[in-house]
Amino acid sequence: MAANLANLKRLSRKQMAARVARDIPEGAYVNLGIGLPTLVADFLPSGKDVFLHSENGLLGMGPAPAKGAEDLDLINAGKQPVTALPGAAFFHHADSFAMMRGGHLDICVLGAFQVSVMGDLANWHSGEKDAIPAVGGAMDLAIGAKRTFIMMEHFTKAGDSKIVPTCTYPLTAKACVSRIYTDLAVIDVTREGLVVREMVEALSLGELATLTGVALADGRSTAGSAG
Amino acid sequence: MIDKLVGSAAEAVAEVRDGATILVGGFGTAGMPIVLIDALIAQGAKDLTIVSNNAGNGDTGLAALLASGRVRKVVCSFPRQTDSWVFDGLYRAGKIELEVVPQGNLAERIRAAGAGIGAFYCPTGYGTLLAGDRETRRINGRDYVLEFPIQADVALIKAYKGDRWGNLVYRKTARNFGPVMAMAAQMTIAEVNEVVPLGALDPEVIVTPGIFVERLVRVAA
Repeated sequence: MAANLANLKRLSRKQMAARVARDIPEGAYVNLGIGLPTLVADFLPSGKDVFLHSENGLLGMGPAPAKGAEDLDLINAGKQPVTALPGAAFFHHADSFAMMRGGHLDICVLGAFQVSVMGDLANWHSGEKDAIPAVGGAMDLAIGAKRTFIMMEHFTKAGDSKIVPTCTYPLTAKACVSRIYTDLAVIDVTREGLVVREMVEALSLGELATLTGVALADGRSTAGSAG
Repeated sequence: MIDKLVGSAAEAVAEVRDGATILVGGFGTAGMPIVLIDALIAQGAKDLTIVSNNAGNGDTGLAALLASGRVRKVVCSFPRQTDSWVFDGLYRAGKIELEVVPQGNLAERIRAAGAGIGAFYCPTGYGTLLAGDRETRRINGRDYVLEFPIQADVALIKAYKGDRWGNLVYRKTARNFGPVMAMAAQMTIAEVNEVVPLGALDPEVIVTPGIFVERLVRVAA
């Protein structure tokens, strides 16, 4: 019998961001996508060098400026004012995307509408007929980094699993996702399929698989003890 | 003596023809050449194809050009924004054509035009709607889509400082598409906040060498 979602201790958005941040080592070159992934910046360990990349031409991105200190020539990919840390570099768009496509960026963290068991990603187009298509850097980011992390709620507002056998939304990229962080679990995409590394308490792997609607292997270091 | 500085934005854009393809710099409003766009609106060329990352913000700059009804087609990566109502209205009314290009492909296709590349295989967009029916190829186990350069008649860009030979430096993330667009057009026009004497820009830090720039206009910061 499936667990009652309402009774689960689901991770908050901040807890999800803190969990993703734990997997970002010092020295990593990282792009945090617009939306939920930007929260990860708040949980990176202070005193350690992690290089944040913004695709509009900035490495060494710092936090938002103090009120009144905004510079409209210094913005992030979401067009919000940011700062440049000591050691930051500016560059043009072709160089910026060469950093991704050329495999120089270690990690990008993106949001998603859907991720398939094959690691296909859909995050740029709602699929609605009258939607104005707008892709920005989503497709370049998805295929560009050495590892693509997805950070998303496990379910849509309507209660459908966002981890799916096959994406029904228009694809951003095929087989690009390395790891999925949701409010219920941390799941790796492997050649053998999806492998659960961590999950919230009071939920069995079988229940999670039933709720998600796809096969999930148990890859927890303390397998069997948390269910 | 060569001096690429012209007296006014109107003079700089005077020869833009109907039907021209125009690269317009900027990421949102950072690096957008507002003064040159306003001059283009006043100049009156129509049936234009505009290549830019976005499709205008608010009611000024690129949005004002679109509102003037002179743009036939927009090639961009991200038209839909909270303040892109001008474009949204034209698109929904069927009054403007749209080609959506992944942002890195947009930059690289422009760069390729400037670098004399005939076409290139790129992994971005493979297996998606935006690959269309273009040729694909598997190289060393990875799938690629054949992408073609974006040639242009005119580039309108914004830089920070320039000299009379057309050497340019930019300011922070307002650099964005400027350097690649400058390479890709028959006629590149840069608006700059400051014109400095030859030699004042350190040759080690010049971002766009003057060979890529035809005209310079000084604008207020």
